[in-house]
This record gives sequence, C-alpha cells and structure tokens, in this order.
Amino acid sequence: MNYQSDKPLLIKGGTVVIPSAGLEDKRDVLVVDGQVAGIDRPGSFDSVDGAQTYDISGKILTSGLVDLHVHLREPGQEWKENIETGARAAVAGGFTDVCCMPNTKPTNDNGQITSFILQRARDAGLCRVHPIGAITHAQKGQELAPLVELHEAGCVAFSDDGYPVASSLMMRRALEYSSMFGGILAVHEEDKILAGDWSMNESALSLEMGLRGMPGAAEDIMIGRDIELARITGGRVHFCHVSTRRAVTLIRRAKEDGIQVSAEVLPHNFTLTESAVRDFNTAAKMSMPLRSDDDVDGVLEGLAQGVIDCISSDHAPHEADSKNVEFDKASFGIIGLQTTIPLTLEKVRQGKLSLMRAISALTDDPRRCFGLPMTGLRVGASADLTVIDPLQPFVLNKQSNKSRSSNSPFWGCQLTGAAESTIIAGNFVYRASSDSFNPSCRTS
Amino acid sequence: MINKPEPVKIGPHLLGIAGLSLDQVHFILDTAEQFVEVNTRSVKKVPSLRGKTIINLFLEASTRTRTSFEIAAKRLSADAINISAGTSSVTKGESLMDTAYTLQSMSPDVIIIRHGSSGAPHFIAKLLDKTAVVNAGDGLHEHPTQALLDLLSIKQRLGRVTPLKLVMVGDVLRSRVARSNIILHRLLGNEVTVVAPPTLAMKHFEQLGVRICHGLNEGLKGADVVMSLRMKFEYLKDTFIPNLDEYSRLYCLTEEKLKELAPESVILAPGPFYRGVELSSELVDGPRSLVGNQVENGVAVRMAVLFLLSMGRGGAQS
Repeated sequence: MNYQSDKPLLIKGGTVVIPSAGLEDKRDVLVVDGQVAGIDRPGSFDSVDGAQTYDISGKILTSGLVDLHVHLREPGQEWKENIETGARAAVAGGFTDVCCMPNTKPTNDNGQITSFILQRARDAGLCRVHPIGAITHAQKGQELAPLVELHEAGCVAFSDDGYPVASSLMMRRALEYSSMFGGILAVHEEDKILAGDWSMNESALSLEMGLRGMPGAAEDIMIGRDIELARITGGRVHFCHVSTRRAVTLIRRAKEDGIQVSAEVLPHNFTLTESAVRDFNTAAKMSMPLRSDDDVDGVLEGLAQGVIDCISSDHAPHEADSKNVEFDKASFGIIGLQTTIPLTLEKVRQGKLSLMRAISALTDDPRRCFGLPMTGLRVGASADLTVIDPLQPFVLNKQSNKSRSSNSPFWGCQLTGAAESTIIAGNFVYRASSDSFNPSCRTS
Repeated sequence: MINKPEPVKIGPHLLGIAGLSLDQVHFILDTAEQFVEVNTRSVKKVPSLRGKTIINLFLEASTRTRTSFEIAAKRLSADAINISAGTSSVTKGESLMDTAYTLQSMSPDVIIIRHGSSGAPHFIAKLLDKTAVVNAGDGLHEHPTQALLDLLSIKQRLGRVTPLKLVMVGDVLRSRVARSNIILHRLLGNEVTVVAPPTLAMKHFEQLGVRICHGLNEGLKGADVVMSLRMKFEYLKDTFIPNLDEYSRLYCLTEEKLKELAPESVILAPGPFYRGVELSSELVDGPRSLVGNQVENGVAVRMAVLFLLSMGRGGAQS
C-alpha cells in the first residue's frame, strides 16, 4: 500500500532494537509529522485516529543505518557510480545516511565540490549524504586543505582516503588544526614504504601465489603513530577499515588511555580470509586486504567488545574492465552497501555478535563517531528508520543490485537477511516488497 | 577381470606445478624422455603436431625459454608464431583479455604465455575455451616447465627423482623457478631447504614445507641437488642485501664447499647466472654441473607438454 506522509504511521508487530536503551523486544512505533511520536508496548497506539498501519511482524525495526565509508564516484568517475545510483544502493541496503569519501575527480578538497555533492544528493532525494573532505590538497599530503571551509560547507569528517597522511608532521598539524572545531580525521592507515607495491596480505599464501603482500604491520604502525599524535594534540582520529588483530589491541589500549579514537570494520574483513583471492580472484582484491583467520577472529572480537565502534561498507564501485585484468593490475575494492546487512546478520546467527551490538554498530555508534545527529528510535527525533527482514534470502545479482558496478566477491552468493524498507523523516524512500524508490528525502 | 589403470591425462592447461598429480609429473617426464631421443637424431623432427598452431606470447623478456618453446613446437611440426611485448598491441594499450580473445579467434591450439604478472596465465585460461594455455613463467609465481626440466636433468644424472635432498641457494623470494621447484619436490616427498638471508628466505617458506637456513655451510650439508638461483641485482635498491660483495662472500657456491659438504651433489642453475657471484665458473663448467643438460632437456620437456596438451584435446597424431 502507499503511505501518505501527512497521516500518522503506526509500525506494528516488529522487534524493536534500541541499543542505547538496552531494548530488544516487541514494540509499536508511532510516527507523526516525520518524527517518532511514541515507542511503546504492542497495541498502545491502536486507538490513534487516522493512523496508517505498517505491519512488520517477524521483522526488526532499528534506527536508520549509517555507513561512514562509501565511494559515490561523483564528480569524475560516473561510469563507476554516481550519487543517485550510490544512494539507491544505500537505501536498498537499509542505509539512511552515508558518508562519501573525497577521492572524487576533482578531489573534494574545497567547499564548492562539497556543495556540489550535497546538491546532487538532494536531487537524488533518496538518503542523507554526508561528504567527507580531504585532509590535504588533492590528497597529496603536501598542504592542508581548507578544513574550516570544508567543515562549513557540510563535511562531517576529513580523509585522504587511500592515501595515508605519510608525514607525521602534516598529520600532527591536521589534528591540531581540526581540533579547534572538533573535526574528525578518518584515516586509511598504511605505511606505504613498508607496504610497497602490494596486491594482497603478506603471508604464506602471497608467497605461494607470487604476489607482493602487505604485512599487517604496515597498518598497525600507522595506527600506533596516529594514536600517539591524537594523544599529544587532542585531535580526533577515526581508523578506517581496521583489518588486523594487532590493530584492535592498539586501539583498545588507546581507548583505555582515554585517547579520542574510534574505528570501523568492514563486513568482508570479518567474513572472508585472504584465501578468497586464491586462483587470482580479483573480485576479492581490496585495500585493506583480506587477512588471516586470526585477524578475522580478532576484528570480530574487537567489534563484539566495542573496541571497534562501527561497521562500514567501504562501498567501492569499479567497472568490470578494471577487474578483468591481471591480478596485480586490478583495481582495489568491492561494492558493499547491499551486502552489509546479510553479512552482519550472519555473524549474529553464528553467535559471534549479539543482535544488539550489531545494530548499535550500524546505527548509534557510527553517528557518535562522526558526530551526526542522533535520529531514529528516540521520541521527538526524525523518524529515520530501517526495517530488516532477518530471514529474507538475498542474492546480489543483476536483478537486485542497485549500484552501477557489480564488483563483489559475494556476487551470486546465497545470503540471508535484507532491508525490508528504509524510512527517512517518516517517508518510505525504499521498499523491498515492491522494489520501489521514492525520492522524498529533501535534506542532506 | 583386470582393471586397466585410467590413462593419465594432462590438461586442459599447464598453469603450474600446483595442481599436477604425481602420476601426471611422471607421465610428462616419461614422455619427455622419449623426445630426448628425437633431439639426438640428425633429423630432429616428428610429425606429431602437424597442422597445429602454437603461439608464443612472450610479454616479458626471455631468450632461452622462448627459443626452447619455439624449437619444441617446430620439432613437433607445429606452426609456431612468436609475439613479444615490443611487437604486440600491448604497446598500444590493449588489455591482456583482448589480446587473448584476439589470438583465440585465429584458432591456435596452444598459447604459451610469459608475463610479468603472477596469475596472468590463469587469468587467460579462464577466458579461453578452445585453446590450451601453457605458463612459461608468470611474475614471481610459477615456471612449471623449468621445474620439470630440472627434474628430468636430475633423474638422468642420479637415476632417481626421490628421495632427494634439494637445496636452493639465492633469491628464493623473487624466483618463480624456486616456487615451482618447491611445489614439485614437496609433491615428490623430497626434503627442500632454502638458503638465503632472512630478507629473502622469509619465515612463510616454512609453511610451504621448506626448511630455512641462513648459513650456506649448514644448508648444503648432505645435499643431493643444489640449485643456484639468480640474485636479482637490478633490485639492490630494494635493500634485500647490502651489496653483491657481501652476498657472494656469504653465499657463493664453489667446488671446494660442495666437495666438503655435499660431495655427491649435482648443481643446477636456471640461468641467467653470474659467475663468481652466485657460483664459481669451476662449478658451472665442472662435472657436477647440469646446466647444459637443463637447456637440452628444456626442449624435450616442452615437446612433451605441447604434445600431451594437444593429445588431451584429441588432436595429436601419436
């Protein structure tokens, strides 16, 4: 049925998960004028006049999912993805909010590019898009980007994306400078000199395959460095795509020491090991690389314990041609917006992660990491909500994929769990039952 | 009733030693031994692959391997075509995928590929459905025919392929010959030792079932077969070793050392090699050396591989 946004919406019959309240139970949720008007025991709102009922029996209702790490490729590489197609993949994957990396062409290192991205996001009208600005001009690590200008234009964090800030001095300056407005630096941690020209994790397998490997230490060393720089500057660091057990240990220690750091992990880094690249499978080539069994267990434990704050997808669309090449020449990255829910729920089913922790890592925790408004399942907050069907079979294929690209090691795999609907300010922006989009999100 | 053993088949491709069974290895060696005889005749040609087309796609520099494959193809009466990086459309930016499709459209029976990227032969093998692919060296990954010709040379001299103590000395890290030989000799159940400084003999070698020695004397003790691997001096900037003088002082193989530590051993060097840095001239040219046999057997092994792959496709006349 079609829901009208000017009438109250009563979402009934689902299991509501609210991590901040420790709530995982049957609740009805009433939405009025785009805001959450009430969350209460089943039946509590049955007498509300003129309410349209949305029955989600057997499904899970959460605050809108947030992805702190996506690549929307616009401007500059629209053949891989654009803001609209990326937003479609986002809402189909249950995300109400995505933060897009600045490695566009040109780089998002000034307010005009930021404004352009926000305008295109409003044009698409599907989800909230939060741009991430570059730390340095053209991500080159030589001079600081105008961080205040970017911040004022709407950037929620700063990153040089695939380029770590190689110079410790530059990183120090960026942390100091951005601390005056509470800026957050989201960093890809890799000692490029130690890592070299790699194409997978360094291990017996990389040795056997004759591929240059990146040792986990190349990641850990930079995480260690930036923990120390955050300590002396009071700046805020967010570690992107943590992939090693050792990194989790370093981050745990930093948090115990009261240093302002946060971290994310990608579903594929807690799902797949490096063995996925066997037979030179470029669909599993990504940066950070897939690592060892022990690392997979390590990052998952870190996530379960909250040392790693949140789950991001690092949705990285690439055209097939850039993957249909020799392994060492293939581009890095996979799409991930539509596989995040099923891959995360798989860990819940396996008992490695509680449902509460999983939902927290996809909703409130990423919001906290980047200081985004706490919307969703709070009375009075914007009704940004995601309905998840945990038992829905899901296959990422030509029919289901909303991204412009199809680079994924999970392509064609039988997965379980998917977004049933994605709601922003009380409006359905996506419904799986009718596979329909409704561009009604007017704010970014 | 007697069950006839299943005939051994090779193919559809030869991408590496990895994936071969012991039976297949022996079958290739046995076939190669028959071709060794052909190569001693005054007319060194058999009609086995008459009418077959074999493409040598060499996208990385090579003299001996390319020539060896070309001679092998010609001695089997196949039509052999050589393509090298400098003369191919690769210089115009054509992708390997398109090069492979283009070549397949001309209906070759076999494409022999040498490529700087590990896995390149595996990549085109996945694309091609009518053409056999032979790996003639891919990046740092594998060089299967080299390991097979090494084994044939060992078999001829020592009369066995197992049990053996194989010791590889030198740049094992960046050697596809080392990888193929490790896989082959572990398959045969032989003891494999790599001798190099820890920068090159990285600890992960142990997981491949290999013993690591940093000292030459310790590593050589009791060796049956010593293999000298090229020290890639053009990569000195990678800082794996301080300089060639120090390397040679620590790791240069000499007759004196072998006489003392492995008196019965034979020595192989896949070449190219640096006399006086990796091994002494006395060794290369001396009685232990199988260097000449390696080159000679290279042709026979490659004839066997080309023959068997074509036969697997039901086309060769035996």
